[in-house]
Amino acid sequence: MSVSASAPVIAIQGVSKAFGHGSGPRVVALENINLDIVAGEFVALLGPSGCGKSTLLRLIGDLTTPTSGQVLVNGKPAPQARRDRDYGMVFQQATLYDWRSVSQNVQLPLEIMRYPRAQREARAREMLQLVKLTDFANTYPWQLSGGMQQRVAIARALSFAPSLLLMDEPFGALDEMTREHMQLELLNIWGQTRTTVVFVTHSIPEAVFLASRVVVMSARPGRVAGIIDVDLPRPRGFDTREDPRFFQKITEVRELLRHEETGPAGAGATA
Amino acid sequence: MRARERLARLMAHAPAVELEAGGLTTPPTRRPGAAAQTVRKVFAFLLVLVVFAAAWEGYKLLGAALHDRLPGTDFKLPIRSDDKSMPHLWNMVAALFRPAQRGNPDLLVSLLLRAAWFTWQEAAAGFLFGSLVGFGLGALFSRSALLERGLMPYVVASQTVPLLAIAPMIIIWGGRLNWPAAWAVTIISAYLTFFPVTINTLRGLRSPAPSAVELMRSYAASDGQILWKLRVPAALPYIFTALRVSATASVIGAIVGELPSGIGDGLGRALLTYSYFYTNGPEKLFAAIIVAALVGLVFVALVSGVERLVVPAERRRNE
Repeated sequence: MSVSASAPVIAIQGVSKAFGHGSGPRVVALENINLDIVAGEFVALLGPSGCGKSTLLRLIGDLTTPTSGQVLVNGKPAPQARRDRDYGMVFQQATLYDWRSVSQNVQLPLEIMRYPRAQREARAREMLQLVKLTDFANTYPWQLSGGMQQRVAIARALSFAPSLLLMDEPFGALDEMTREHMQLELLNIWGQTRTTVVFVTHSIPEAVFLASRVVVMSARPGRVAGIIDVDLPRPRGFDTREDPRFFQKITEVRELLRHEETGPAGAGATA
Repeated sequence: MRARERLARLMAHAPAVELEAGGLTTPPTRRPGAAAQTVRKVFAFLLVLVVFAAAWEGYKLLGAALHDRLPGTDFKLPIRSDDKSMPHLWNMVAALFRPAQRGNPDLLVSLLLRAAWFTWQEAAAGFLFGSLVGFGLGALFSRSALLERGLMPYVVASQTVPLLAIAPMIIIWGGRLNWPAAWAVTIISAYLTFFPVTINTLRGLRSPAPSAVELMRSYAASDGQILWKLRVPAALPYIFTALRVSATASVIGAIVGELPSGIGDGLGRALLTYSYFYTNGPEKLFAAIIVAALVGLVFVALVSGVERLVVPAERRRNE
């Protein structure tokens, strides 16, 4: 399955990010990142810890600002895109508000955006149906398992139909079986909503299984080591995980990561 | 297509959570037994009351038998067990249902309850006023670290100054402004109330995880929306903990405030009078103390009741 060559939804242009201020040591988290993501893509940001993949996601979502370069989203600077509510975010922790029921949690962004009540409730029902939690609308977050909480977080992120879904290791805290189940669910949801997804992970099989493109990053300083297209057929399911081409792609990604670790610190390939 | 079939099958069967280890398969219902819990609480309270009563009367019996000395020694028991120092419990109760003064048919209990009602009104007004001030200060400090650093030492210092020194001052200033005496008492009561609320409001408003705040930012929520939809709900359990402390403190503030202000209708005057004339009827002072303690108890129970209405979710999680 290929993606049409339209104007990028996300254009990351020469972005660098350094932490530290005053006389303290400066840590360069990201150096000269260039990346375009087009509408409807599922892009995974993959790399070892410290490669700045989460920082890159936070830069796209305007939760932090670049030291240099710029991020354009739908042709606008990222801060404007955030004010226009172009982002739905899912973090590693579900971050549900535990004084709100499941349905009220899903309605939270709609409340912030001042949708009328009837519309909010209808939308919450629709979203809970999407993540298969219809029966749990009136329960409270702490009554749910970790995987169910994360599904609520996804429903909440999609409730206002943002053009972008930014996910920061959303399944990182789940056990392996729940995790694989959630990956299938996410692909199913992505297939229905066609939202552009940027997905941060440090799991190679997860990145390959989910994404249409895997952006492999390396650390110190964080940069793009290479981009691997994953042209495995969709819809993907159990069989995909047993497909030789799946293993081939995993090997390809792993080779690239290993080369980055052991080989000469060469110039990072960019899109 | 095998893959397609298996995926379709998975999706058809996936409603809810079959793959979730340890997941719930049915929506949990509300916890049963709220009434049973109340019964258990009341029972525990009564049990402790019986134990206290038995200890009190037992000590009296023991003291009488031993002539207030440890047997075989000259060592005196700490409190004398005679009826002047430790009146019988039934005498305290009986005193409640006898006229309080000669020539006045009013029973002690109705006199004390009227005084308690009067004092509680002062305390409740002080509690409301103090809580609002406490919440306001906490909210202000949570917004500005500079204000917190500048003002917090004074807030703390205000609580180390003895109330006995502050109370007459407030009454004198209130008098210059021609306030009713009860207003000054309310302010004294508020003075004891606001501090715990300030501290816990500040703590509670700062309690949300950074990611919870970032979530709000990702929706481009305004500062007001972040306050009312995230920080205040997160702070409520903290605030109610403080309110329970403040409820008792406000009663103490009102009673102590009544003394220098010359208010005769409250528990302060009653306690003072019965300790003056202690030898005439020790059980009257004890009866007044019991009523004063009941005011605090009822007030805290009231606050807890409101908490149950306002934060049902937290309560169920914490219990």
